[in-house]
Amino acid sequence: MEKRIVVDPITRIEGHLRVEIEVKDGKISDAYSSGTMVRGIEIILKGRDPRDAWAFTERVCGVCTTVHALASVRTVEDALGIVIPPNAELIRNLMYCTQMMQDHVVHFYHLHALDWVDVVSALNADPKATSALAQSISKWPKSSVGYFSDIQKRIKKFVDSGQLGIFANGYWGHPAYKLPAEANLMAVAHYLEALEWQKEIVKIHAIFGGKNPHPNYLVGGVPASINLNEVNALNAEKFAYVKKLLDDAKVFIDQVYIPDLMAIAGFYKDWGAIGGGLENYLVYGDLPTNGYNDVSSYKFPRGIILGRDLGTVHEVNTKDPEQIKEYIAHSYYDYKSGNESGLHPWDGETKLNYTGPKPPYEQLNVEDKYSWLKTPRWQGNAMEVGPLSRMLVGYASGHEEFKEVVHWALKTLDVPVEALFSTLGRTAARGLETVLVSNWAQEFFNSLISNIKNGDSRLHTDYMWEPKDWPAEAKGVGMSEAPRGALAHWIVIKDKKIDNYQLVVPSTWNASPRDDKGQMSAYEASLIGTPVADPEQPLELIRTIHSFDPCLACAVHVYDEKGSYVHQIQTF
Amino acid sequence: MAKKRKTYYEIAIEKGYSRRDFMKLSAMMAAFLGLESSSIGQVAKALETKTRPPVLWLHGQECTCCSESFIRSSHPLVADILLDQISLDYTETLMAPSGHQAEKSLHDTMNAYHGEYILLVEGSVPTKESGVYCCIGGKAFEDVLHEAAEGAKAIIAWGNCASAGCVQAANPNPTGATPIHKLVKGKPVINVQGCPPIAEVMAGVIVHILVFGNMPELDRLGRPKAFYSRRVHDTCYRRPNFDAGLFVQSFDDENAKRGYCLYKVGCKGPVTYNACGVTEWNNGTSFPIKSGHPCIGCSEANFWDNGPFYEHLPNFPGFGIESNADKVGLGLGIATGVGLAAHAVSTNIRKRKLIQEGECEPEENES
Repeated sequence: MEKRIVVDPITRIEGHLRVEIEVKDGKISDAYSSGTMVRGIEIILKGRDPRDAWAFTERVCGVCTTVHALASVRTVEDALGIVIPPNAELIRNLMYCTQMMQDHVVHFYHLHALDWVDVVSALNADPKATSALAQSISKWPKSSVGYFSDIQKRIKKFVDSGQLGIFANGYWGHPAYKLPAEANLMAVAHYLEALEWQKEIVKIHAIFGGKNPHPNYLVGGVPASINLNEVNALNAEKFAYVKKLLDDAKVFIDQVYIPDLMAIAGFYKDWGAIGGGLENYLVYGDLPTNGYNDVSSYKFPRGIILGRDLGTVHEVNTKDPEQIKEYIAHSYYDYKSGNESGLHPWDGETKLNYTGPKPPYEQLNVEDKYSWLKTPRWQGNAMEVGPLSRMLVGYASGHEEFKEVVHWALKTLDVPVEALFSTLGRTAARGLETVLVSNWAQEFFNSLISNIKNGDSRLHTDYMWEPKDWPAEAKGVGMSEAPRGALAHWIVIKDKKIDNYQLVVPSTWNASPRDDKGQMSAYEASLIGTPVADPEQPLELIRTIHSFDPCLACAVHVYDEKGSYVHQIQTF
Repeated sequence: MAKKRKTYYEIAIEKGYSRRDFMKLSAMMAAFLGLESSSIGQVAKALETKTRPPVLWLHGQECTCCSESFIRSSHPLVADILLDQISLDYTETLMAPSGHQAEKSLHDTMNAYHGEYILLVEGSVPTKESGVYCCIGGKAFEDVLHEAAEGAKAIIAWGNCASAGCVQAANPNPTGATPIHKLVKGKPVINVQGCPPIAEVMAGVIVHILVFGNMPELDRLGRPKAFYSRRVHDTCYRRPNFDAGLFVQSFDDENAKRGYCLYKVGCKGPVTYNACGVTEWNNGTSFPIKSGHPCIGCSEANFWDNGPFYEHLPNFPGFGIESNADKVGLGLGIATGVGLAAHAVSTNIRKRKLIQEGECEPEENES
């Protein structure tokens, strides 16, 4: 019997996401991913000052705040031939690393952990055994019996109050939860600690960009100035503050996040064979160490892997009109050239045309258009983007740092290399790259200090700042690796104004609907074959979707094979 | 769901705090809120008798920056707010269940606490094309909002999206993005402005409602006076440079390295009401001007269409009155008088406009 299951909203993500699946013999046999919200920011950008675009595009996402601002200033700089000073690049890198560390830790604890951690089970844990467990995997000092006992009492009071807040109606007691009670209690304690920690690390954004979320960026460099003899500028005190925050972040990642990740993963090794999906991976690369234009200097190398063949890394060119195109066969848009055509983003169009069911609706018409996301393809191929792609391209490019952490993780978990291509692999890759990023941040900081010592304090170039110096027409592409994957903006500037602006974001690659040939994108493909123990509580679906760290919002309703509503079992 | 809710006092006693500790907490809370010491008793009483109020947080057309800002709060800590102070029964960003179970959480609270819960809204409402531009669980967000607003005691509109439409309402506003107060009538709506609002301001508004059981005093745009009655310009530590005519001419120039005023590179501080200069961001770490970027005016309606960001405000009075230190010393009395008058003029222009509008209607993007 096939059941159509609708999950809308999918929570613990950014944005509005809906997934409809069919289940056959206890496994997902078909899947449709739909973005249910649109704002039309590409339309709004038309006619504006290109130097303002970073602020508009930054508001695309407040979770991965900074990433669109960074891609945007690079896009304008690419179009106008601006090369920013080395120290500005280093500060952008430090802000990037800050974002990556904060975002990945928040994803692991606050958006993903409840898929693996049964909060209610933590009530049954023995604080003494929890303390022993915590001390066996890490030297993190908050690990005493008393500490875990207090946390447990706090949860008990909370549960006894009868007001379960964000934990109400969770999938507690679901058979897919495998952690012992002690591991659950430890994870809950770290859930709370991570919530406190994440607000600290982002102070680096406030120091360099004035605030977080949505710190300030600037075409031509960064807005701050360095003056060691001035209280109103970046001086020794400010740099000491940044250094402390970076050091504390590294300790938290090494002593809390990674030990927890590996401990939890150890109980879910079967998820190393679930949720693989696509076999193609795309990475634009990021963290330049010799200027944005020297791609060979990137810490995250650029490249493509096809068919999971780690022996070859293919090249990607975002300016080639034949390589990257967006399709709309199943998206609520119109193209002048017709439904079946694909457009390179420089020639991209954003004309909204909703043809879905009138709300309120129970099911989407998946044969026709069913999402607000366009469908990007690289030379016609569906590509997965994100931490797993970065880890694979780094590994396949032969970068020692990547090989080292990948080998360590596979050995620690005692799983084969194939386990990388999975839900578990995606979640593990996110942690591993956080370790790399926390190390690189230290390098960037040291380089910045050493440049200042050598007398270079420039943070902005005036070259091409004034619109009067701009050519009549210019085109640019700005690329980055957002926490969720490959991100690029394309701009066409005419008569000092934005003539066209297109964004192809990570979740567009991963969460998009099928293309005109019926090929699935990453979310849909990864769900096929995922076991569903209880269609009333599709916890497994949520696990795989969350392993991508979606950047839209979603929900799920359950329907039977005739499309009629199936009531859910109340869990609390 | 809950039958009996525990009060803060009961929770505190259960946690092992003494009555004396509890009174100390109340005193700290009062101090944090800037109250007279005579108010301590009032705070204590409020905490003793109030249960954890149920709170629902809806998400419309937004980027989740308000949720992200909220979890940055340092006083109170967000974990303490969630576990001890409110019962956040629905928020798509943090809640454990998805789909039908998530909607159950929403409806459970709407039914059990009809007329009692506080509704927080992040995001604007797309009103064009029957609401197809934002659907949740197959329903248009506008319908979800009206359903939840009906039984709400009060509504907090988080950020510029819910207060004024923000970026998606910028010209040409393709989806008809509309702020909450334009759609929900007959309920008090607090506009906590900013893109996003400052974390401690968000927490401060919640703390005010919890402790005093009433709405904070609002300005004519529905914003809490405690945080939005001063211009960023009037609370800016770079203000003396403005008064002295000392300006950054281009980014990272010698004047920028001295922290001069950013007015000439586009600062919107003179027309922006927010707490940035006083409260600052991320537990007082910095704010945009302090880190060298002009204020873009993110707590004002229409700020996206008041650009470009790097062009300075036209004919702003009071510009460059005192060109050097000697003149400042020489004509201190006169100069100060002129400076004050100039600011009074601009403030009055703004106030006059608001007064002319009559209603407590914020300025809107009507395009």
